[in-house]
Amino acid sequence: MRLRNLLKVALKSLTKNRMRSLLTSLGVIIGVAAVIVMVAIGQGAQVDIEAQITSLGANMVMIFPGASWSRGVSHGAGSQNRLTLDDAEAIRERATLVTAVSAEVRVNAQIIGGDSNWNTSVQGVDPEYQEVRDWHTVSGEFFTKRDVRAKAKVAVLGKTVADNLFPGSDPVGEKIRIRNTPFKVVGVLEAKGQSGYGSDRDDVVMVPATTALYRLAGGRYISRIFASALSTEVSEAAENELVAILREEHHLEPGEEDDFRVRSQAEFLETATETSRVMTLLLGAVAAVSLVVGGIGIMNIMLVSVTERTREIGIRLAVGARGSDLLIQFLTEAVVLAIVGGIVGILLAVGVSVFLDRVVGMTAIISPAIVALAFCFSGAVGVFFGYYPARKAARLNPIDALRYE
Amino acid sequence: MSAVIEASGITKTYQMGEVEVHALRGVDLTVEDGEFISIMGASGSGKSTLMNVLGCLDHPTSGEYLLNGRDVSELAPNEFAEVRNTRIGFVFQVFNLLPRTTALDNVELPLLYDRTRRIKDPRAEAVAALERVGLGDRITHEPNQLSGGERQRVAIARALVNRPSIILADEPTGNLDSTTSLEIMKLFSELNSQGITIIVVTHEHDIAEATGRTIEMKDGTIIRDAVGAGRQME
Ligand SMILES: Nc1ncnc2c1ncn2[C@@H]1O[C@H](COP(=O)(O)OP(=O)(O)OP(=O)(O)O)[C@@H](O)[C@H]1O
Ligand SMILES: [Mg+2]
Repeated sequence: MRLRNLLKVALKSLTKNRMRSLLTSLGVIIGVAAVIVMVAIGQGAQVDIEAQITSLGANMVMIFPGASWSRGVSHGAGSQNRLTLDDAEAIRERATLVTAVSAEVRVNAQIIGGDSNWNTSVQGVDPEYQEVRDWHTVSGEFFTKRDVRAKAKVAVLGKTVADNLFPGSDPVGEKIRIRNTPFKVVGVLEAKGQSGYGSDRDDVVMVPATTALYRLAGGRYISRIFASALSTEVSEAAENELVAILREEHHLEPGEEDDFRVRSQAEFLETATETSRVMTLLLGAVAAVSLVVGGIGIMNIMLVSVTERTREIGIRLAVGARGSDLLIQFLTEAVVLAIVGGIVGILLAVGVSVFLDRVVGMTAIISPAIVALAFCFSGAVGVFFGYYPARKAARLNPIDALRYE
Repeated sequence: MSAVIEASGITKTYQMGEVEVHALRGVDLTVEDGEFISIMGASGSGKSTLMNVLGCLDHPTSGEYLLNGRDVSELAPNEFAEVRNTRIGFVFQVFNLLPRTTALDNVELPLLYDRTRRIKDPRAEAVAALERVGLGDRITHEPNQLSGGERQRVAIARALVNRPSIILADEPTGNLDSTTSLEIMKLFSELNSQGITIIVVTHEHDIAEATGRTIEMKDGTIIRDAVGAGRQME
């Protein structure tokens, strides 16, 4: 049979059963759209997370107290397992591969200012913190080294705190009370938005590290130390240097485990990228299942349609169609259904992604590779699931087909 | 005159589980070019079975069947399909038209499967066939928009369109009233007078009498083969 005739015959029989064709395609439409959208969301999340980690500050290195938890057991028993301001000072004096160093002391505290009060996280830091985290004031000034030395009662407000305590006015110069200690507001930080874990990074108040430690926390230990490596290239060397300095500070014998952990931004990036890649894969796999279910829908309909159209098959065979003509006809019908479903699915996916991006504010990135893959897959679904019913049609004997009731 | 059909010793046995049904028990039949034959016989005597074998819709269990001098009793499925497509026109009692498909598309159907491409313009050929059966003004009608007699005419046009050596009609008037039956038989005898070989299965004597030769079957064999007058139908 001529190819043109063949396509004509297949299309005619599809348009004769519009509703059935539509419902059959729907399975593939939803499957293809789901795969593309899911992967787009996954990749969007990946890009978001990477951007956020990069925004933590250039070449940032973080030091946490406590032993590493390798082999599932803490190995720091017996050592102090803590970080102090002296540790930060030692790094500041002796490290050659880092530019800025800042301690961080975290306390949760109630703040009273203006006419309201607010529970937030108070962070005691050094002025270098601005540089390390690439986070600056939009109003007023950050406190200075001298403020740190003097344990000055000055504070820099995050955007959220400023908006809540002093709505509509500039808080710089205002007085606030943190745990009943009066502080003077010297600056307001620029907005950073949500963190990768969904918490509001602007819900913060920054005070000098010493002030936080001695006036608010009343202790010896700090939460973290931040530092900036000179460049990405020396990031690893800088980590090693920090480890050496801290081991010496903590009087660790060779062979003893570190009682602190050093992590660079690059490592975070790697972990996060890996995590979101796995998530993308998982989302894609779940969606692929729906595509397969759509394919089974096609097979189901084609099988029913072969049975329903047994008489038609008999008529075609009686006037001289070959088994292969019918095989190709039914296969063409299945492939057309799948491919049309695929195209509509792609359009739907683009629509949904644009909607997510523009209206919902989720990052969704459609990759051409996935679109191509989904399209090829829908074609393959058509061939694969169309073949069995098509072969069934092709094998019928004309007399049996005509007699079929 | 040359023989269109030479069949000898044709048998057809259906296996129904343990039981064997002998639908044909050795049929010998020769049909000359241009003949108009009717086949009669009681229900179950094997008329349809014989027509299916002659129409290459089914293989005989044994026996030799020459169509236009070519042995077609043991052809492979694809060659069998080609014989059906190019040499035979089959008309069924129940019309067997494709539903929701215009008369023209129904008639053109055999030409879609014609690999020899003998016919240059299938559309025009289909229109011509419809005109030949008197349905030139119904080409865009679908089967459910046609009367029974008109549907059978469409089926006859479809049987004609591939210029077959022979038209086989299995009870073509079985589902029609007597007036319409007469019209259909008139059409057959008209086509026969234009030189087409035709075999018709019927239960009605006056229809059988209109043909040139009447064959009577019983229990899978031919019991009478009479050349009649070929009385003109009025
Ligand atoms: N597919 C089949 N399987 C088993 N037996 C069959 C089959 N087709 C026909 N037969 C049997 O073969 C015999 C001949 O059937 P056939 O259809 O040829 O009769 P017929 O002469 O055409 O009858 P009618 O006038 O009622 O159409 C019958 O006994 C029938 O039961
Ligand atoms: Mg019969």
